[in-house]
Amino acid sequence: MAEQPKNFGFGEDETMLRDSARKFFADNCTPDKIHAQVAHDPEIHRPIACIWDRDLWQQVVELGWTAVCVPEEAGGVGMPLVAAVALAEEVGKAAFPSPLISTYCATAALRACGTDAANQALGEIATGTATTLAITNEKGSWNTSDTDVAVSDGKLSGTAWFVQDAMKCDRLVVSARGDNGVGLYQVEASATGLNIVADGIIDLTRDQAHIEFNGVDCIELAAEGSGDAALTAAMPTILTIISADMVGAGEWLLQTTVEYAKTRIQFDRPLGFFQAVKHPLVNVMMDVDRAKSLTYNAACSIDCGEDSAEMNARMAKSMASDMGVFASSRAVQFHGGIGFTWECFVHIFFKRQMHNQVLFGDGKYQRTRLAEMVIGKAA
Amino acid sequence: MSDAERKDTPEQEAFREHCREWLADNHPGRPPVRLPQGALELSDPDALEWLQKWQKAAYDAGMIGCDYPKECGGGGRENCQGIANQEMARARTPYLPNIIGMGMAAPTILFHATEEVKAELLPKLLSGEHIWCQGFSEPGAGSDLANCQTFAERDGDNWVINGHKVWTSLAHFAEWMILLCRTDKGDKYNGLSYFVIPIRENLDKGVTVRPLIKMTGETGFNEVLFDNVVLEDKYRLDDVGAGWKVAMTTLAHERGAGPMVTPASGGMALEEDEAAQTSSVFALIDLARQQERDGKTAADDPLIRDELIQIMIRQTAFGQNARRAGVAELTDHPARIPLQFKLVATELNQDLQKIAYEVEGAQSTLYVNDDNSPAAGRWKLAYMNSFGVTIAAGANEVQRNILGERVLGLPKSK
Repeated sequence: MAEQPKNFGFGEDETMLRDSARKFFADNCTPDKIHAQVAHDPEIHRPIACIWDRDLWQQVVELGWTAVCVPEEAGGVGMPLVAAVALAEEVGKAAFPSPLISTYCATAALRACGTDAANQALGEIATGTATTLAITNEKGSWNTSDTDVAVSDGKLSGTAWFVQDAMKCDRLVVSARGDNGVGLYQVEASATGLNIVADGIIDLTRDQAHIEFNGVDCIELAAEGSGDAALTAAMPTILTIISADMVGAGEWLLQTTVEYAKTRIQFDRPLGFFQAVKHPLVNVMMDVDRAKSLTYNAACSIDCGEDSAEMNARMAKSMASDMGVFASSRAVQFHGGIGFTWECFVHIFFKRQMHNQVLFGDGKYQRTRLAEMVIGKAA
Repeated sequence: MSDAERKDTPEQEAFREHCREWLADNHPGRPPVRLPQGALELSDPDALEWLQKWQKAAYDAGMIGCDYPKECGGGGRENCQGIANQEMARARTPYLPNIIGMGMAAPTILFHATEEVKAELLPKLLSGEHIWCQGFSEPGAGSDLANCQTFAERDGDNWVINGHKVWTSLAHFAEWMILLCRTDKGDKYNGLSYFVIPIRENLDKGVTVRPLIKMTGETGFNEVLFDNVVLEDKYRLDDVGAGWKVAMTTLAHERGAGPMVTPASGGMALEEDEAAQTSSVFALIDLARQQERDGKTAADDPLIRDELIQIMIRQTAFGQNARRAGVAELTDHPARIPLQFKLVATELNQDLQKIAYEVEGAQSTLYVNDDNSPAAGRWKLAYMNSFGVTIAAGANEVQRNILGERVLGLPKSK
């Protein structure tokens, strides 16, 4: 096992990639554009819709971002996870509606399968096949062995719940239980017998669905009995990617609220003069920094193959989840009345953070797992 | 990624090798007397003398003041103090006694004193032969440091000093003090000047050092009174009226955000029992496993477990922040993380030690003078002492102002 490099493995290539992402989002995905795009209809009973910019996604594919974490031998770029983390951070900072984060999560699961079929799927991700995980049951269990989908004679039946970016993705990686345990299976989103039922969700920057399988043909990625192990192995990466998205969104919330606190005048002073506003903003900054450092540490730990990778990833997700909630609540509060309105951009990020905080377990969930690892099972 | 980013330079590598070899043969071993938790709590002259011998030995081996110029008694190296610190930490050597001298006085003297004064003062400061203390706070100037009223009046080539400094750690052992004085009553910030003053040799010439007793019952810091004390003008740092600017150099280093890395050594367990440490979450977890709570242990209580893990996460984040602060590409503002160090570290310790009270349950009522007190009462002692550092060096409320203003660019709160 390699010792962790001091710089988290974040070198010149990763810096260039991150800087190009910053430029891409500054050119194409500013908050006003996002607001006009995803928040044009404030109607509380609006029809459920999946709003995104396919042309922009095509550019993302051409930039090679889906290939970043696909190994070279599978046809990808094979960069370290810190590269994907840096991109995910920029994605979160822009609240970019795309299947990129979901595709990174699916990439992690496919890499953990180690089968020819999984390697082929990885190669197809590298060339732009948007892929998402369908691994959660109706009750929203994050336990990798829980699924409401069954596999029998190469066909899937049942329903997968809380599938992220389902309507943007071309392909699904489904966990299903057979006679010998849970396996992972590949299904095209357009497959016969598959019904995508969109959920009405709060977050405007993504879509979510439950997916009904009625005897759908599938390709085996991980055999029965090895699927939950593959997902468990992928979980540190998944948690780290979500954390990175939250860190980026947290930084946006911090900077935007700071700018507002500098310009908004009340009692003849800018809001930020008052310590009741200034000090909590500093606390937000410290939480963003903690979450960011823990996220890069987790990514580097995964890249180095450390035994502590899961612990590091759960620490990152715990911190990121709590930070995400705190940063969004302070952003709305300190924007005052305007922060409470639909026209203010803050709610876009607030909702993305509140969605992200629960994905794959909130802060308390992670700490319960961590306590078992560090302290042991409670009596 | 360039190799320089992840590896030592050839100079650093050779120096690291030197440190390792020397430390392998010259670790001072266990102290003959009980040491307090940190240098600021030193009250036993024998403990001080033993630690001064250790600092002198480490200095003579080139591990202290490595990055200071040779003319001032330093090693004339570049970016090597961090290496020495890492190696001393790895060797788990005892802490260094002259921490105010090295951490605050030395960089301030380096950047603001004349060559003559640097050459006179820095060698014995770095070697630890001269202990230094800090004369900043006053009864009327705590967090509002610029309200300092100790007055220095010009008298030819001398200054005559009158006033009252408080919370002066190590003054009872100190030869020298860094001293912030008012030289102009008409201008709060531009009316300050900065001096270094030999206080020990002035003990019968107008300087009085009196111990202050902390809420724990321990001594360790003092008040220092100046009654017509005469000081040569050559011991003024920088211009008359530039005291606030000079003080900022001191404070930046105190907060770990200055250009010079402070020599630091440590990690040696002060007691044979590792659980005696009161700054480690793992020691607290061990304590929780031992303390009963209605038939189970405190470590089985889900709320205590969550508190413990939160502390572990914050402790890990602190270390990872320090790591990230060294990676320019992953920090948008160079001072953003360094300026958090004091605030974050002191609050983390305080919260850790606060939880120990709950973990100990009814036994948390027992103090160090009771034989039944868990861990000899050290957790409660540490908790009370933790307020020393959340208040000192600019109370954490002031630290939040500094971060809000300098890093986030919010308007000044005054």
